Amino acid sequence: MFKVTIDGIEVEVPEGTTILNAARKIGPEVAPPTMCYYSSLETSGGYCRTCLVEVTKGSDKDPRPMPKLVASCRTTVMDGMVVTNELSPKVKEARAGVTEFLLFNHPLDCPVCDQAGECHLQDLSYEHGKYKTRTDFERRTFEKIDIGETISLHMNRCILCYRCVKVAEQITDGRVHGVINRGDHSEISTYIKEAIDNDFSGNMIDVCPVGALTDRTFRFKSRVWFTKPVDAHRDCEKCSGKVVLWYKGDDVLRVTGRKDTWGEVEEFICNTCRFDKKKTSDWTLEGVREISRHSVISANKYKKLVKPKEFTLNDIKALPE
Amino acid sequence: MQRKLLLEHIDVEGIQSFDVYRSKGGYSSVEKALKAMSPDDVLEEVKKSGLRGRGGAGFPTGMKWGFLARPEGVPRYLVCNADESEPGTFKDRYLMEHIPHLLIEGMITSSYALGANTSYIYVRGEFFYVIRILEKAIAEAYQNGWLGKNIQGSGFDHDIYVHPGAGAYICGEETALLESLEGKRGNPRIKPPFPAVKGLYGCPTVVNNVETIAAVVPIVNNGGEAYAEIGVGRSTGTKLISASGHINKPGVYEIELGLPVEEFIYSDAFCGGVLNGKELKAVVAGGSSVPILPANLILKTEAGEPRLMSYESLADGGFATGSMLGSGGFIVMDESASIVHNLYTFTRFYHHESCGQCSPCREGTSWMEKILHKILAGHGTMEDIDLLWDVQSKIEGNTICPLGDAAAWPVASAIRHFRHEFEAYIKHPVKQTEINYYNYCHNLETAVS
Ligand SMILES: Cc1cc2nc3c(=O)[nH]c(=O)nc-3n(C[C@H](O)[C@H](O)[C@H](O)COP(=O)(O)O)c2cc1C
Ligand code: SF4
Ligand code: FES
Repeated sequence: MFKVTIDGIEVEVPEGTTILNAARKIGPEVAPPTMCYYSSLETSGGYCRTCLVEVTKGSDKDPRPMPKLVASCRTTVMDGMVVTNELSPKVKEARAGVTEFLLFNHPLDCPVCDQAGECHLQDLSYEHGKYKTRTDFERRTFEKIDIGETISLHMNRCILCYRCVKVAEQITDGRVHGVINRGDHSEISTYIKEAIDNDFSGNMIDVCPVGALTDRTFRFKSRVWFTKPVDAHRDCEKCSGKVVLWYKGDDVLRVTGRKDTWGEVEEFICNTCRFDKKKTSDWTLEGVREISRHSVISANKYKKLVKPKEFTLNDIKALPE
Repeated sequence: MQRKLLLEHIDVEGIQSFDVYRSKGGYSSVEKALKAMSPDDVLEEVKKSGLRGRGGAGFPTGMKWGFLARPEGVPRYLVCNADESEPGTFKDRYLMEHIPHLLIEGMITSSYALGANTSYIYVRGEFFYVIRILEKAIAEAYQNGWLGKNIQGSGFDHDIYVHPGAGAYICGEETALLESLEGKRGNPRIKPPFPAVKGLYGCPTVVNNVETIAAVVPIVNNGGEAYAEIGVGRSTGTKLISASGHINKPGVYEIELGLPVEEFIYSDAFCGGVLNGKELKAVVAGGSSVPILPANLILKTEAGEPRLMSYESLADGGFATGSMLGSGGFIVMDESASIVHNLYTFTRFYHHESCGQCSPCREGTSWMEKILHKILAGHGTMEDIDLLWDVQSKIEGNTICPLGDAAAWPVASAIRHFRHEFEAYIKHPVKQTEINYYNYCHNLETAVS
């Protein structure tokens, strides 16, 4: 076991753990934000640079600090390492920079984006962004395309996290899309406009941190905060069958995987569960899904509403003079 | 008199061909290594020579070779980085074009030291004619028993393949190069693991620049110590410098490291002075990526010492008043050059060449280009200079590969040393453009006449 100190809090983790995962073990207050790392996808991370941290002491053996900020998602801990995250002004500044870069070409079309409300870029800009944009240059634009029956791609919103590429590579039976072109002209594209069509492709939607890949069957049906998430499962021969159903009234508007504290799905689900089972009778319901109190999705969805005590005239009279 | 180790026979008629090359002592380093030395002996000589990577970073080659993992039953590879695409650098092309067998010989000797039976030369795609020259040279080497099975009866087998790139500067970055060589998209890998442990096809690999590999030939021939005697301090041996810009004699020069910069610019043996007798304004000493220095700082360090062509001397003063030797692309600008214009050209290049993996470089290079374009178009404001500074500072050090830094440093140094030129452009854009185009046209006229 290695001992690491992150923002002054000590934690013990096995050798080979990344700084990010050590920080997540301590808790959300010290965990750096992530836009491209995804624990269940191998070789993910390293691209977005939002998780940069400062290593002020390399290890007990070699206490020299690291000369540059490092991507915590791709840097493993050493015994005795000391890391500063939120407490480091350098990290704060770099992160603000990265946030600004990610927004530099972003269309800011949240009002018409299905991801709004559960978008990691919104969260990131809320926490680390500037209140005002420093650029009025024309933004890079692409055509919106539908890649297959169920998924639509708004390349304008993409931050090139490569997660969907890794999903296609690692959990589907054949990747037919990838990144073409270079630099800020890079775009996610299918092989000569081929449709993405396989049993697990829907997970590309779940892993997308922004609104670049969205569910066509849910398109413009509702804002996510007007829907109500309910945990449910079914016997499925392809996947675990453990999902979240998003209800509006009695209708299931969409089905997604279950996301953990870090916004990552616990288990990938198949397209049958996601796109074809939209009746309550298809599912065994487990109960309302807990959503963080801080998420807009939780609005009006407390498990129990306790009516606040009303003041009466007598109460007021009882107050000390 | 400056000694020449690499370009000694460059003027010999027909040196491109095997026979002439051999008659001038070619392939003797292979002969010597295979007959009289163990692979470790060769490594030892390279360590003693103090040779440092000529591709830009200047990492000690012997140390790099020493790091190569040697697990049982796993092949090892040597990959020659001939992707030379850094603006202002053209020495590798010159060497491969005019004396291709020197590279082939270096490849065989180096591979012997590393225990590599296969090596690759990754050549910039635009150098298609160089590829033909190399392939011809390789074919001759096979015919004469210097490549293939059991070279010269030594029991050492070696094959060399030439692989053309497809036109991306980023494929010069060693891990992007390996990806591209494997047939994938040329994105730099996230390190660690380093190529010495997991390189080409997951096997231990050494990536070296053309000139680095060629330098192994004289090192083995004359011994590492003889090589280390040339140069100053930790900058040993000779270096090819690609000289371009406003000078009388642009071209590739082999210099002994430690030559004073002033001599290099003004001596008739080298650049032959500034074109049309104008004043020197600035120099980019090591290829477009390194910080630009104004005339006073390139000729003398801040402490007033003469600046030398060496890794240490050029870096003296850090980035505040120094620069880097880099890949040896020496770009000279006279008093008429526009720093802002030149910076725009560089920045446009980096924006075009960013692979787009990491956000600071992908978006930041584009942002910097747009700001510079705005200034050149006459719409700049004073705040734009500060914004430009801020953007470059957010890229530097925060990216996966050094291309981000390479894009940021020219911007930072131009603002640091030539802020007044940005201000002049912003205040009087029309006048500045006129001055520029007058100079441009004037230079064209003198070039034609
Ligand atoms: C963006 C980028 C481009 C590069 N281009 C080249 C190149 O064209 N040729 C080269 O030899 N090294 C290039 N390098 C440096 C290589 O990554 C690597 O350091 C070098 O090939 C190692 O060889 P050396 O130790 O012999 O210098 C480049 C590096 C970066 C970051
Ligand atoms: S710094 Fe630029 S070129 Fe290098 S990996 Fe990042 S985006 Fe690609
Ligand atoms: S989460 Fe670490 S770089 Fe993107």
